[in-house]
Amino acid sequence: MSAAVAVEAKNVSKIFGAGPGEVRALDNVSVTIQQNEFFTLLGPSGCGKTTLLRLIAGFEMPTEGSILLEGEEVAHLPPFKRHVNTVFQSYALFPHMTVAQNIAFGLEMLGKPKAEVQSTVSAMLKLVRMEELKDRRTSQISGGQQQRVALARALAPRPKVLLLDEPLSALDLKLRKEMQIELKRMQLETGITFIFVTHDQEEALTMSDRIAVMSKGKILQIGSPTEIYEHPTVRFVADFIGETNFIEAEVMQRIGSDGQIKLPSGIVISHPLGENVGVGAKVTLAIRPERIDLVRPGTEAHLSGTVENIVYFGTDTTFHVELEGSQQEVTVRVQNRRGHQEVLKAGDTVGMRIAPEAMQILKD
Amino acid sequence: MAEAAPVKPTTPKKWGRGFDVRKQTGFTTIAMICFLMLYAPILTLVAYSFNAGTSVAIWEGFSWRWYESAWANVQVQDASIRSLTIAAFAAVVSTVVATMAALATTRTKPFPGLTFIYAFINQPLMVPEIVTGVALLIFFAAIKVATGYTGLGYLLIAHTAFCIPFAYLPIRARLENMDLSLERAAADLYATPFKTFRHVTLPLLWPGILAGGMLAFVISLDDVVITELVKSGGQDTLPTYMLGQLRRIVTPEMNAISSVFLAISIVMVTIFFLLNRKKT
Amino acid sequence: MAEGKAAHPAASHRPASTFAAQAAAAADRRETRGRWLLSAPALLILLFAAIGPLVIVVIYSFLKKGGYGGVEWEFSTDAWFSVVFTKDIFSDAVTLADAHMSILWRSVKLSFFTTVMALVFGFPTAYFIATRNEKSRDLWLFLITIPFWTNLLIRTFAVMEVIRNEGIVNSILQGLGLIDAPIQILFTDFAVMMGLLYVYLPLMVLPLYASMERIDFRLVEAGYDLYATRWHVLRRVIFPLVKPGVIAGSILVFIPSLGAYVTPRVLGGGRNLMLGNLIEMQFGQGRNWPLGAALSITLMAIVMIALLFYVKNASNTEARHG
Repeated sequence: MSAAVAVEAKNVSKIFGAGPGEVRALDNVSVTIQQNEFFTLLGPSGCGKTTLLRLIAGFEMPTEGSILLEGEEVAHLPPFKRHVNTVFQSYALFPHMTVAQNIAFGLEMLGKPKAEVQSTVSAMLKLVRMEELKDRRTSQISGGQQQRVALARALAPRPKVLLLDEPLSALDLKLRKEMQIELKRMQLETGITFIFVTHDQEEALTMSDRIAVMSKGKILQIGSPTEIYEHPTVRFVADFIGETNFIEAEVMQRIGSDGQIKLPSGIVISHPLGENVGVGAKVTLAIRPERIDLVRPGTEAHLSGTVENIVYFGTDTTFHVELEGSQQEVTVRVQNRRGHQEVLKAGDTVGMRIAPEAMQILKD
Repeated sequence: MAEAAPVKPTTPKKWGRGFDVRKQTGFTTIAMICFLMLYAPILTLVAYSFNAGTSVAIWEGFSWRWYESAWANVQVQDASIRSLTIAAFAAVVSTVVATMAALATTRTKPFPGLTFIYAFINQPLMVPEIVTGVALLIFFAAIKVATGYTGLGYLLIAHTAFCIPFAYLPIRARLENMDLSLERAAADLYATPFKTFRHVTLPLLWPGILAGGMLAFVISLDDVVITELVKSGGQDTLPTYMLGQLRRIVTPEMNAISSVFLAISIVMVTIFFLLNRKKT
Repeated sequence: MAEGKAAHPAASHRPASTFAAQAAAAADRRETRGRWLLSAPALLILLFAAIGPLVIVVIYSFLKKGGYGGVEWEFSTDAWFSVVFTKDIFSDAVTLADAHMSILWRSVKLSFFTTVMALVFGFPTAYFIATRNEKSRDLWLFLITIPFWTNLLIRTFAVMEVIRNEGIVNSILQGLGLIDAPIQILFTDFAVMMGLLYVYLPLMVLPLYASMERIDFRLVEAGYDLYATRWHVLRRVIFPLVKPGVIAGSILVFIPSLGAYVTPRVLGGGRNLMLGNLIEMQFGQGRNWPLGAALSITLMAIVMIALLFYVKNASNTEARHG
């Protein structure tokens, strides 16, 4: 197991500034990233994800803790002594060099023989499909092409880990989608560990093997995209990724690891419970809008309420339903599989049915 | 240019060509007078440098004679060579030290003494030239008495000093527009600090250094006041030589020298202008 | 080169004992020292040949004048006394030093009028440039910059040739029959002011242009929309917006005018001296060095006051604009 670890951060803290104005950008963060993994650091701006990336790259030194690269402590090595390369958010391509010279730069700095530099550069140009533009200045190519050059430049020295700092944020939507697929392809082709920083949850879900969701300098949850999306453990994760309904419920009884939970409608369901949740505790259930089925009133349902508002989105329709007995609003999304049917209208009473596995109990 | 009138046009005739919000009555006329005022004397001066007669007011036909006589004038030759030597030395030295200072004082979080260094470097811009000149006169007079040295060194160091802020400003401006992420990228790609400087910082900074050097050269070449006060006997530069000549009856030879001087300055400034524009 | 590296904003924070924080603080100190070392050559040259000598000037102003120029190393306030007063050689009666006062007054007066005239001509010119389209704007700006960087002596010489009795202005006026005999323009206060205006006008136009370039002309549209006339728009909308440029330009013209040496010497002849010439005269053959030093400091004091006024106004304007 330990042989397959690419990067390990142990109890890393990073403090900027001093005294009352100090900012704790990272707060005792530990994470292990496997070799050949596409690992994403996801979170809103200011959550510490970029700081963690810069610590791994060597642009910042940790205030506390250590950073191991394939088992070796690197926390206090300068960037040019770490076998890690970065794709910068602004690409940071050298404007006074051509595309090919940019890609060759790292290899030349490592003192590789000319022949090797040349063959690697042409291999890289091929990998990112930029062979024809190799003699252009970097200011003479488009944003998407600059992105590819930045990638090739960082991949050329075959780093142990490639760090990507929101590299797609400057691209338009269509190009971004293309590059997401490209990036994934390159990661598979090269077999290099990718650590990808983004605030875009969709980007994280489509590309990653594993995602670490960060907030306020801490990692809240690490898991595969499905785990993160289907089984968020904390409210922040559930809220940040996708749309979620939060429904308050009460624990009535425990039988082993299962609990009897009373929904606001008064209906009691059975659901696995965490160990430290006792009888009488209030819990929050996270339920994705698309996991709720609307049923006719009167049929068997978990919740019921009144349709407040209907919004048509083309592929699907969103219903805002006010729960019976409480002021809370629940969002329900229904796919328009057979075309939009105006069966329901505002003011109608509906029942809502939810599969037990679609209800996720949050820690707080 | 001509935006549609936001005010209802009351007299269609007057606003017939559209209402230009940028226009201010009479401003264009004054601006034209200004440009005319700026260039008329210079152009007259250049024109009379080609005068065949000895007058700088009565045109007597075209001739190169004053350029020839200036070229043959030993004093002019001597002063020109001295001017160019001083300017070249001052430009090179001031640009080198200004580049180092600019690297030290840009792209950093404030550090103790940063403001002090700024103030120190820009000081020659704040003090009237005559005061600096007098100060140097007093100081160098004392050194001359103490050491007996009366060579060109005084002028060289004086020119270098007042050229520093002029070299510093364009270099600093260029550096501030340079993204640190490029140097980070180089470090990330295994370039040591020295190699980063050599392969990334220096090539990118080069136009700024060139512009700074050019500016320093022109500033040194143009100086009259400080040179006049600092120079020892027989150390005339071209401007101080000209200043001395202005007391006498002026022949078009002065116009010829001035015209050549102007041409050099304009070429340098044009290059400076183009260098500075390229970065945007 | 330290700046090749990422700055370490960890700064001097020490959560008490942590070793890492101490290491960061030490790295910071090292970086500061490196930056000082890199600036050192420039600072040393300036200390030797620009700033240090100024201190000597202050010292000299408190010494006794030497017999053949230079000084005697003896404390004396004579120089400062004679900046403002003269003592009658026979009666010891103290009177105001008329010669100095009139030169000081002329310097301030001419500098002031030069500044006002520069504003009158410079404002419309800067406005004209700022309202051109992007391409021709560069060209006009270049035309303003060229005289600025060409030799001051040559430009003064050019003015001299134009206004001298046999010069082109008098020739044209005579040719047109407007005057019979040439008007004496050269060697008057007016000539000096013309010369100063001519050489320092670009210094007014450039900062004015810089502040006008940023004007959002939608504000001007809004002004017209609210029934303002052109004059109102100029006075109530444009002028307040470019006030920092007006102040900067005025300072940039006023200060060098006050210390002018070449222009009054060439255009004022021997009679219409300004402070710069008065100072220089004290260092001629066997003159009064301490007085020259005291006058230099007086000039610098006026300049500093003007600069402080500028800094104060600039920061006020900035504070108001957020």
